[in-house]
Amino acid sequence: MLALTILIDGIIYASWLFIVALGLTLVFGVLKILNIAHGSFYAVGAYTAASFVAWSVSLGFSPAWSLLAMVLAAVAVALLLAPVVEKGVLRFFYGRDEVVLVLVTYALFLILEDATKLVWGPIPYYVSEPYMLFGLVETKTMSYVGYDFTLIAFAIVCGLGVWWGLNKTRTGKIVLAVIHSNEIASSMGINVTRVCTWAFMFGVFLAALAGAMTSPMISVQPGLASGVVIVSFAVVIIGGLGSIQGAAIGAVIVGLARALAVHTWPAAELFSIYVAMAIVLMFRPEGLFQRVQARKI
Amino acid sequence: MTNFQVSTVLSARGVHKSFGAVTAAEDINIDILAGQRVSLIGSNGAGKTTFVNMVTGYLKPDAGTIELNGKTIVGLGPRQISALGIARSFQIPQLALEMTALDNMLVAAACNDGPLSVWRPAHSPARIERAEALLEKFDLIAHINRRVAELPGGVRKLLDIAMALTGEPKLLLLDEPTSGVSVDEKFPMMDTISTALSSEVVTVLFVEHDMDIVTNYSDRVIAFYSGRVIADDKPDTVLDNDEVQLYVTGSAKQGHSTC
Amino acid sequence: MMDESIIKTSRMGALLIALFLLVGLVMPKWLLFLSTMALSHGIVSLGIVILMRGGVVSFGQGFVFAAGGYATALASNHLGVTDALLMVLIGGFAATLCALPFAPLLSRYRGIFFAMLTLAISMVLYGILVKTQTLGGSDGFNVSRPTLFGQEIATEESNWLLYNLAVVVVGVLATLARIYADSVRGLVSMAIRENELRVEYLGASVSNTIGTNFIIAAFMGGVGGALTLMSLGHIDPNFSYWTTSGEFVFVAILAGHHSMLAVFVGSFVVEIVRSFSNLYFPNTWQLAMGLFLLVVIRFLPRGLGSLWIDRNRNKGGEQ
Repeated sequence: MLALTILIDGIIYASWLFIVALGLTLVFGVLKILNIAHGSFYAVGAYTAASFVAWSVSLGFSPAWSLLAMVLAAVAVALLLAPVVEKGVLRFFYGRDEVVLVLVTYALFLILEDATKLVWGPIPYYVSEPYMLFGLVETKTMSYVGYDFTLIAFAIVCGLGVWWGLNKTRTGKIVLAVIHSNEIASSMGINVTRVCTWAFMFGVFLAALAGAMTSPMISVQPGLASGVVIVSFAVVIIGGLGSIQGAAIGAVIVGLARALAVHTWPAAELFSIYVAMAIVLMFRPEGLFQRVQARKI
Repeated sequence: MTNFQVSTVLSARGVHKSFGAVTAAEDINIDILAGQRVSLIGSNGAGKTTFVNMVTGYLKPDAGTIELNGKTIVGLGPRQISALGIARSFQIPQLALEMTALDNMLVAAACNDGPLSVWRPAHSPARIERAEALLEKFDLIAHINRRVAELPGGVRKLLDIAMALTGEPKLLLLDEPTSGVSVDEKFPMMDTISTALSSEVVTVLFVEHDMDIVTNYSDRVIAFYSGRVIADDKPDTVLDNDEVQLYVTGSAKQGHSTC
Repeated sequence: MMDESIIKTSRMGALLIALFLLVGLVMPKWLLFLSTMALSHGIVSLGIVILMRGGVVSFGQGFVFAAGGYATALASNHLGVTDALLMVLIGGFAATLCALPFAPLLSRYRGIFFAMLTLAISMVLYGILVKTQTLGGSDGFNVSRPTLFGQEIATEESNWLLYNLAVVVVGVLATLARIYADSVRGLVSMAIRENELRVEYLGASVSNTIGTNFIIAAFMGGVGGALTLMSLGHIDPNFSYWTTSGEFVFVAILAGHHSMLAVFVGSFVVEIVRSFSNLYFPNTWQLAMGLFLLVVIRFLPRGLGSLWIDRNRNKGGEQ
């Protein structure tokens, strides 16, 4: 029974991790930026969802509509924040060293930490309405909230959706070309700048959506972003920067490792994730799935 | 029997190297004598760069031996080989762009001085003097305090070579010293290099594509084709060679190579 | 036979130390505390600057900061160590010992991977500390006031004496760092940042230099941890959290890698802004820091903003 509990917990957590890490790895694949502010977009998504759901409830909509409110919140965040960040900040640093760009995104993280506090204040928000929408799932020993399982479904939908979009559509193939090598793509006539802009916006959307979807499960308060940053980095490094399968495998590894630790060796819950990250970096720095990239001789 | 002994500085025997199906070096046998000025010619992919890379430790031969003054250098890395007395310059100058020409020279001096000291200041008068002397030989003294990023290409190439000479190497490999330099600058540049080198005790190997340069500045030419040495003699003899004319220089004896 | 420039640098260092000690005589208590914090954080950033001169950035100095702090705290609570100077040394050496096994490994990495590996290591320590109840878990624990050369420090004077200790210790280390930067090894370090291929071909070991820089930065981080511990009287796992490491990097970027003094000026500015913003404009100091960081990275000339030569420039060196 313990094994089943660990498995279920692990897959639920892995689903959450995957949704969070997907945007991060995509943005790295296309723009070659390891975005520390990804966690900030997650937090803003959570806060915005809290606000949107509160409005939807106050306008008299039933709790089922709050799901739509959450998705709309993510869209709003992407539409408003992504252009400001990409055109207003990142654009000035394209072409610089990878580490310089990480520092730029760190600056963005700092700015957004305070910006979030200035807009929403330091008090915690609770988005309770959607949480009980799917009732409870009872097993002999455990009782799970149905909402947690929708996370699994959602992760699968996201993953398959992005995979299909990249591999089976014309737009996706263009994006793959840019991921492979933006120089070659540009020489083929692809508008790399436009691909980057849209890819970044999509990445922000995914981050915000992850935050929005998670908001009913937690209390939305300051400090949300920093925890998400570090754990999503671990997943993406383990799986391989820029790889979607990598993000999935990384999420599963980290999710199961954490569930295992929580139930058998609680002291290891936190550090096991980072030990895995360190081990991958030491023995296979490119991660478990190297992103498809042209080798520059 | 000659009155003076000319020692063999570099000796390659049966050197072989392939990358998968491509044979980059096949049964190379070369003896370089002290003080010689040897140019390596051949079209791109003929094997001269591979040879240079094996001599400097960047690549390891699949078979065969390479000896520097009788000591085997196969298997050693670039650092150890540098310490033994082989230095190289680069086709695209490898310099610290944000540092001054003087600082670049001081770095070269420091790296050649054994273990890096924490207590000795980098800008000591003695070391600066030596750097200045070397820069003087290459006509670079005017640029001594300028950032390398501000220096033109030809100046950077000379600086690159001057740095390689700092450690007083026994064998100096110049990788296409005049490539990327305009036609009117080539000969003055080679003159400068040649004059500077003649005041140092050093054997020189250089990779070159320009046959005029080869004729005027080397006393021996080794021609490569498809990983093999197809000619090894005085410049005129080699350039008259049928195979060399076919595979390296183009049909008639021209001033410039076909690449 | 000491070189002239070393004597000159030492004299300059001694002068600055004397100057700061004098200024300390007239500082109000809050400024003494702030300055001590600036010094004890700045020394960690100085270690990062030394690493940056060699071309790598550590995103995990929290590791050595926490290692030094916890070692000192444990020595104080369990071994009865109270002398402040001894505690500083314990902090430095403990951090160095912890960093030593990682140095050969880290010296083979560059760029993002170096940064991520240092980050991972610091988060591993964080994860361990949070869950270790004997060390106070996520709350950490307190330490009692240190003494100096056997003298019990009265609460009134402790700020001032701690400030003096920090000035002397950090001043000596900064002077040594300057000597290091001006030395042969320091110059080669800078060259490694720009073109490590050439340095390797010239005969120097790049990984040795980076490894050495890492050890030096570790010692400084540990000293910073010990000084911070003594200032706060308290330690907790946040010393090793990634945002703490980020703040050290921030000051290092701000200061650039040409002036040792700039690191402490930067550190002081950050402490001032942090305190004043908390008083008058809450929830803005990170905003200010972030904006300032963007400005520095974008506009300040080489050495302050443009710290890394695009690696693209030297590509094509090997055919």
